[in-house]
Amino acid sequence: MTKISHHPDDATLMSFAAGSLTEALSVVVASHVDRCQQCRRDLTLLTTLGDVLMQGLPAAPLDAAAPVMKLRRQEADVAEPRPAALGSKEIPPSLARLIKSNLDDVPWRRLGIGVWHHRLPSAAGDLRLLKVAAGRRMPEHGHGGSELTLLLRGAYADETGVYRAGDLADLDDEIEHKPVADPVAGCICLIASEKPARFKGLIPRIVQPLTGM
Amino acid sequence: MADLLRRVAERRDVEAFRLLYASFGPRLKSYMMRQGANADTAEELAQETLLTVWRKAPLYAEDKGSASTWIYTIARNLRIDRLRREFAWQELPQGHDETPSDDPTPDEAVSTQERQLRVRAALAELPPDQHEVVSLSYLDDLSHSEIADKLGLPLGTVKSRMRLAYQKIKERVADLK
Repeated sequence: MTKISHHPDDATLMSFAAGSLTEALSVVVASHVDRCQQCRRDLTLLTTLGDVLMQGLPAAPLDAAAPVMKLRRQEADVAEPRPAALGSKEIPPSLARLIKSNLDDVPWRRLGIGVWHHRLPSAAGDLRLLKVAAGRRMPEHGHGGSELTLLLRGAYADETGVYRAGDLADLDDEIEHKPVADPVAGCICLIASEKPARFKGLIPRIVQPLTGM
Repeated sequence: MADLLRRVAERRDVEAFRLLYASFGPRLKSYMMRQGANADTAEELAQETLLTVWRKAPLYAEDKGSASTWIYTIARNLRIDRLRREFAWQELPQGHDETPSDDPTPDEAVSTQERQLRVRAALAELPPDQHEVVSLSYLDDLSHSEIADKLGLPLGTVKSRMRLAYQKIKERVADLK
């Protein structure tokens, strides 16, 4: 496995462990965590923190006794069907819940010259795959709130460094960054934002309602 | 606690379940109420969490963390599913599918109790403004921007308080790893 050099911000990982991260963002973090041992370690501690906070709450007395009668109807789970067997070299197990094909067979829709996208379902926020041809600038988003990008194939580079498969870009809103896709391989990434994304300069705004942008 | 869980897993021990229920139920109910459920729903969700514990107990692996943290993850995932009506994207820590070299060794299992004690101590020492954002994130189901709105702070300030809190907790357990 290639070395991962860009991780989610501590504050992002904390919200993920807390279960208070917007769903679209959670998908991206979960997909990174699938590949990242360091973040899995950090999550152990952050989950312990959640447990400690819960234990610190005042006890709320229960009205009912333990539901022992129901226990007989509860079969013990053997191994859970996990998506671990799913996924591939390029698609992390978590993401395999949403992408059933390989990356080449995704029904890409053209967004502009050398740029394609594919929207993925998520209950909250905006989640999509983005494919950018070699040497092309990544489309600029007008966005508010948090945004996370996970590289799935190829690479891109900006002022903050080079991002390769498994790397996650978690940049503050204030940072103006203009990533460029790898000059040879281009890139495919998974992008989530808290609010609907607005890709600027590719298509006129008026088309937005039609394409769901 | 790990002992009770083992009795449930291996012997389907109803008495052990009763003890787990009495010990965790009230906090689970409290957690669900804090997350926005009314008392009845919170009680149902506390019950459901513990029924899930009964079902999944055979999957609990002691070397993946403490029993109470494992129960917390079940409660958290259940509330994401029921109260937020979203898919819970975090797997419960389980024994299978991990490569052996990847994850905690038995030595670390010994220190889970110690880790919990230190996290509790670090949490108690956090400055109030850091403690506040951490609680809002874990207990009140608020995203970074929602916390920023609620406290009237810039988003960056909320994130940096969370980072600082995490750094302090991390320092406290650094020698356990």
